[in-house]
Amino acid sequence: MQTTFPRLLLDHAAARPGAPALREKEFGIWQTLSWSALAELVRALAGGFAEAGLKRGQHLVVIGENRPRLYASMLAAQSLGAIPVPLYQDAAAAEFAFPIANADVAFAVVEDQEQVDKLIEVRATCPKLAQIWYDDSRGLRHYQEPGLASLDALVAAGRAFAAADPGFFEREIALTKPDDVAAMFFTSGTTGNAKGVVHTHDTLIDRARAGARFDKLTENEEVLAYLPPAWVGQNIFSYAQWLACGYVVNCPESASTVMLDLREIGPTYYFAPPRVFEGLLTSVMIRMEDAARPKRWLFDRCMALARRVGPARMDGKPIAFMDRLAYAVGNLLVYAPLRNTLGFSRVRVAYTAGEAIGPDLFVFYRSLGINLKQLYGSTETAVFVCLQPDHEVKNDTVGVPIEGVEIKVTENGEVLVRSPGLLKEYYKDPVATAEVLGADGWYRTGDAGFIDASGHLKIIDRAKDVGRIAGGGHDGALFAPKYVENKLKFFPYIKEAVAFGDKRDKVCAFVNIDIEAVGNWAERRNLPYGSYADLAQKPAVLQLVRECVEKVNADLAADERLAGSQISRFLVLHKELDADDGELTRTRKVRRGFIGERYQLLVDALYGGRSEQFVETAVKFEDGRTGKVAATLKIIDATTFAAVGKAA
Amino acid sequence: MAGRPAGDVILDVRNISLRFGGVKALSDITFDVREHEIRAIIGPNGAGKSSMLNCINGVYQPQEGSISLRGRTFSKMNSHQVAEMGVARTFQNLALFKGMSVLDNIMTGRNLKMKTNLFQQALRWGAAEREETTHRRVVENIIDFLEIQAYRKTPVGKMPYGLQKRVDLGRALAMEPQVLLLDEPMAGMNVEEKQDMSRFILDVNDEFGTTIVLIEHDMGVVMDISDRVVVLDYGRKIGDGSPDEVRANPDVISAYLGTVH
Repeated sequence: MQTTFPRLLLDHAAARPGAPALREKEFGIWQTLSWSALAELVRALAGGFAEAGLKRGQHLVVIGENRPRLYASMLAAQSLGAIPVPLYQDAAAAEFAFPIANADVAFAVVEDQEQVDKLIEVRATCPKLAQIWYDDSRGLRHYQEPGLASLDALVAAGRAFAAADPGFFEREIALTKPDDVAAMFFTSGTTGNAKGVVHTHDTLIDRARAGARFDKLTENEEVLAYLPPAWVGQNIFSYAQWLACGYVVNCPESASTVMLDLREIGPTYYFAPPRVFEGLLTSVMIRMEDAARPKRWLFDRCMALARRVGPARMDGKPIAFMDRLAYAVGNLLVYAPLRNTLGFSRVRVAYTAGEAIGPDLFVFYRSLGINLKQLYGSTETAVFVCLQPDHEVKNDTVGVPIEGVEIKVTENGEVLVRSPGLLKEYYKDPVATAEVLGADGWYRTGDAGFIDASGHLKIIDRAKDVGRIAGGGHDGALFAPKYVENKLKFFPYIKEAVAFGDKRDKVCAFVNIDIEAVGNWAERRNLPYGSYADLAQKPAVLQLVRECVEKVNADLAADERLAGSQISRFLVLHKELDADDGELTRTRKVRRGFIGERYQLLVDALYGGRSEQFVETAVKFEDGRTGKVAATLKIIDATTFAAVGKAA
Repeated sequence: MAGRPAGDVILDVRNISLRFGGVKALSDITFDVREHEIRAIIGPNGAGKSSMLNCINGVYQPQEGSISLRGRTFSKMNSHQVAEMGVARTFQNLALFKGMSVLDNIMTGRNLKMKTNLFQQALRWGAAEREETTHRRVVENIIDFLEIQAYRKTPVGKMPYGLQKRVDLGRALAMEPQVLLLDEPMAGMNVEEKQDMSRFILDVNDEFGTTIVLIEHDMGVVMDISDRVVVLDYGRKIGDGSPDEVRANPDVISAYLGTVH
């Protein structure tokens, strides 16, 4: 049955008025908002928006962390047939200007003073931005800005409005059709300006429900909403599926308490990009390295067993009796307490997406007994394209096409998708729309991959990034940079990596150390250091990274097709790659081309055979100021290996 | 600071002199503090800043002079009585209970406002439970305000120094004071921590309307956040006025930078 988000809200409020819809931890206590209370809040907000002049088809910008009233604002906008546009809360003010100007936005709902300040700055270039409402009034008492008001005031005005015209809310909701536009997401875009991806109620709800049926999600799920609401993944899991299934979404107290809140809630359905799982594993490993020797011994033994037995157990394969027994002991001593510490005790289904996950990282969680799976999708496909069925999980594939999805692979290896969840269009950009969306309904993903023998989709890299080695000992060999980078990033000491090699005779790489992990490592070795840049160039640290690189090389050499991607030379960067400097996207994907240009000097030094290179880089701080960091970077040669295996 | 209303005199310090045996710590100090303002006392090491604060706080009793709070004059009062009059303070070297959680440490700031006795509290009986709920709400508000939710249950001794300073401030705030005395709130902090603390001080002043008297060694920060500044040197007052006036005062410049002989 086709429906809209506001109608789903009314359905839940009618069927289960007292059941919890949202929880938010505030003042140390989880405060619950029931479906009926939420519906009343949305009714008031919708009344307030209508009175302020928000019209059908207009856009409402929403910026902030996951807060109940921001979710309610999105529902209220949709109730009026307006279109919520969530933007990334950690973006700099200048980054808001394009979407706000592009969509002629006149209204915005934001979380706090920080966001208000940014919007006031944006107003200089976007004079149409008439109204800004804020959720948290702290620090805003003395602001005299015209059109600035609190959500409290809006709710009060909306209540009066609703009292004067009681049927207004329901009438407006009835006017919204399922194929009307429901939301617009600006993609971070690894290249060029952000594009507004337009989705209808139909496309989002269809995919949300297909995903829910695939994993048999119910109204009893608990979800923790902690990723940016502007990201389509977060929006699907804690908005579209929330309304489609009617489960509970929990908002953490603050960004710094997410880990504590995760443990308290114990979600049953969990979603995170690989970097979050990486971060969790790093924190576990750091704590284990600091643990007493007997504990470390126990942990290492149990984890070795888990790696051997765990994956087969998760796949539902038969396991020898002794292994079953040993695993049960391990579960009692290590796995269960560890799952609890991580907040994964109750997880029934956990997904990772957004980027390829390192195989070792993936196996780590599966072997602990956590049902971690991969999915494939993007903003344009409303996330759900391929999912891994329980018991059919593989490290290197992203699962099977789910109901409604058709997949085909073009001759040059690009994956095409047809599904009811495809974007309607790119906002005001028919040229870009035509580039990805053919008249026959096929969407070009831009990913290179193939369907393997068991019907699973395997993604290697972005189609445009897959390159070839030219010249040298591996002439013509395949070069999949992301594959190499991911292998490096699995080491807790390495935070980011950038590999170069397309049309070159060998592969070279930039490495970013993980300051927390390497700092801890240095501390335990009594290795003093002054700053990030100083630590990064310590000979002992360079040796540490070199060992990681060589392990990756040995791994790559095991596969004939990938042996050419081994890293011959590398350097450790003097600063962290940062989204504020344009080196990463807001979802923390490496912008390889941009980095290659920005650090041309370093790339030339790597390929020119130099042993060190002085470099000075401008950096942008979070408050918008700029500064410079300079360092002389050593360039290290790494051992490469002859290919030993046949293609897997 | 612009926008904040300058109120009446809330704290009036008149001709204070303090001696330890033959050592003159303070001589003939006079200044006032207006309601809702941020008043700084600055000066080089050993200028008598902490002694001055200890006099206001009732820890030291000056031999001469008087201090009046909202028109009530006192010259002999202990720190407990001063606290009951609505004056709270933080400490330069932190005086927190290291083994207790952040929550419990801040809760101790509610001590004066608790009416139930030890016996009732131990059993959480009747009024004690209601009272704890009320106080917990205040404490949680402060934890939220100071953005230390992630450390609510963490023993204070395990926290970084900058955050311990924040807890110390939280405990003082728990008294819901009219006047807040801050003893070197930024001592030993890095630039980022100083910025955070400055923001909290301004927010406390703005949100709760608390009058703040702060002692600081670091002139830069103080000049940015204070409405008026008193400068002490060797126990004497050598300057008093707005940050700009004080900055231009030749005596102050020579006390900080030394004079050319």
